[in-house]
Amino acid sequence: MSAEAGRLKRFGFRRGGTTERGRSERRLGWMLCAPAVIAMLLVTAYPIGYAIVLSLQDLDLRFPEEGGFVGLSNYGAVLSSELWWQDLFNTAFVTVISVAIELALGMAIALVMFRAIFGRGVIRTAVLIPYGIVTVVAAFSWFFAFSPDTGFVNHLPLIAEDKAWFGDRFSSFAVIIMAEVWKTTPFMALLLLAGLTTIDAGLYEAAKVDGANAVQRFFRITLPLMKPAILVALLFRTLDAFRVFDTIFIMTRGAQDTESVSILGFNQLISRLNLGLGSAVSVMIFFCVLIIAFLFVRGFGVRMAEGRPGGS
Amino acid sequence: MERGSREYAMWSIAILLVLAFAMVPLLWIISVSLKEPATIAEGTNFGNTFIPQKITFDNYTTLFEGGIDNSPFIKPLINSILIALISTVIAIVLAAFAAYAIARLNFPGKTLILAGALAIAMFPAISTVGPLFDMWRALGLYDTYPGLIIPYLTFALPLAIYILVAFFREIPWDLEQAAQVDGATPLQAFRKVIVPLAAPGVFTAAILVFIFAWNDFLFAISLTSSDASRTVPAALAFFTGESQFTEPTGNIAAAAVIVTVPIVVFVLFFQRRIVAGLTAGAVKG
Repeated sequence: MSAEAGRLKRFGFRRGGTTERGRSERRLGWMLCAPAVIAMLLVTAYPIGYAIVLSLQDLDLRFPEEGGFVGLSNYGAVLSSELWWQDLFNTAFVTVISVAIELALGMAIALVMFRAIFGRGVIRTAVLIPYGIVTVVAAFSWFFAFSPDTGFVNHLPLIAEDKAWFGDRFSSFAVIIMAEVWKTTPFMALLLLAGLTTIDAGLYEAAKVDGANAVQRFFRITLPLMKPAILVALLFRTLDAFRVFDTIFIMTRGAQDTESVSILGFNQLISRLNLGLGSAVSVMIFFCVLIIAFLFVRGFGVRMAEGRPGGS
Repeated sequence: MERGSREYAMWSIAILLVLAFAMVPLLWIISVSLKEPATIAEGTNFGNTFIPQKITFDNYTTLFEGGIDNSPFIKPLINSILIALISTVIAIVLAAFAAYAIARLNFPGKTLILAGALAIAMFPAISTVGPLFDMWRALGLYDTYPGLIIPYLTFALPLAIYILVAFFREIPWDLEQAAQVDGATPLQAFRKVIVPLAAPGVFTAAILVFIFAWNDFLFAISLTSSDASRTVPAALAFFTGESQFTEPTGNIAAAAVIVTVPIVVFVLFFQRRIVAGLTAGAVKG
């Protein structure tokens, strides 16, 4: 196909003027992009539109005879429920804490990898292990490690032998956040490392000559020049963390008030088959993500052209 | 920095700590998988909890008992492999077309496509679960391979397109023309010159897409209801003990090791490629 593309392009080029060449190039460009664009629209734009339609109906698959258009009442039900606000708080809490820790840890690892005179390969190996492990598997591993009966964590010094980590809310969150940080710091570190490598080494030399110490160099040169890379990494990690589902599902299934908005949506849609209410939750999550992205772009001036998709 | 110096020792300790933290969950799940099922909850101190006192492969053999029809693991493993592979192939083909066009051709809408792909990378998957659940049941795609392959390949497309565009921009396309000037046919020029140059980028994108599909849990538990298409991460959440009173901990650990170790080995083997892929296009320049 690409051979075909190359040939077509040259054909247009040989045959004649810029307009014909331009036209055929344009047509070819659209043709080549069409399958990917259609697939992406089909699985995202269409479903979100459909979710909005579903969210305006009383649609509970357990009671199929009921139903019909109910306007915004599903949204009213979600917004007036304590559970939604509780879960939104939980999600925001996990997101903010884990992304903050990831940024600090990721920056430290990136600096070590950048400066390391030896051991760079070992660190790269180390950071790629979490990337290669399925999130559910890592969640199970940490879950077994922290369980009082099977785990080793309670045998560590300074930790009570009978500490029931999943028995209360904040210790559950501590384990969930740790597992999230463990899984996604590598991605953060690699993005920040890529940002570090773009800084002109001459700047550091000049600063050294002018008598700046290491701390000054970090805050006056490294941080300002890395701001775009940091913001892009933060945006992606924040939106990714906001979708937190796997780790919480495996560890607590939302018990001890640790439910995230994604778990709430899943429970409504799949466990309770309440498509109307569940879709209202889905649409609200979508708007939360839009708001976060908007705040980053407007508030911090993230230039999206520098962004990239990715994730854990 | 000299070997044996104090600074060297400090660096070594720091590096070892990072390595240990990264390795712990992997070593631990391997340890659990090798314990005798009855002794999994019997550790009394750190040493005899972290290191199995008696090594057995019982947790592995019971996973495969009953053959393909009755084993809780064989069918999901096959599903995981096939679904991830098929998603990867389709995603890479579609992404390669689009990335070639974006990297090499001039046409309006290019930036819009890249921006749209970026938006989809940030899209919350849970927002599509309900509609897809409803649509798939109506279309007969619920609990089938295509039912999972379609969302996987779509959500992997942005990643694949960005990686491939970044790699394709680096290819010296003039070589293709040069080969033709030297008498190669267009097809030869493409096969002998462009394909070898593009292969590393395509391979890198393929690894990352495969890992993405292999890792998914949300779609896998939402859009399947049986072993007909359930993948391993979802199946793990439904494992049950041999009786009501036994926990499936050992079996979960063994299954987890089987789906993890090959990927980790693969990732470590191709680490340079993966780092390049994960950071492709991360910064301008």
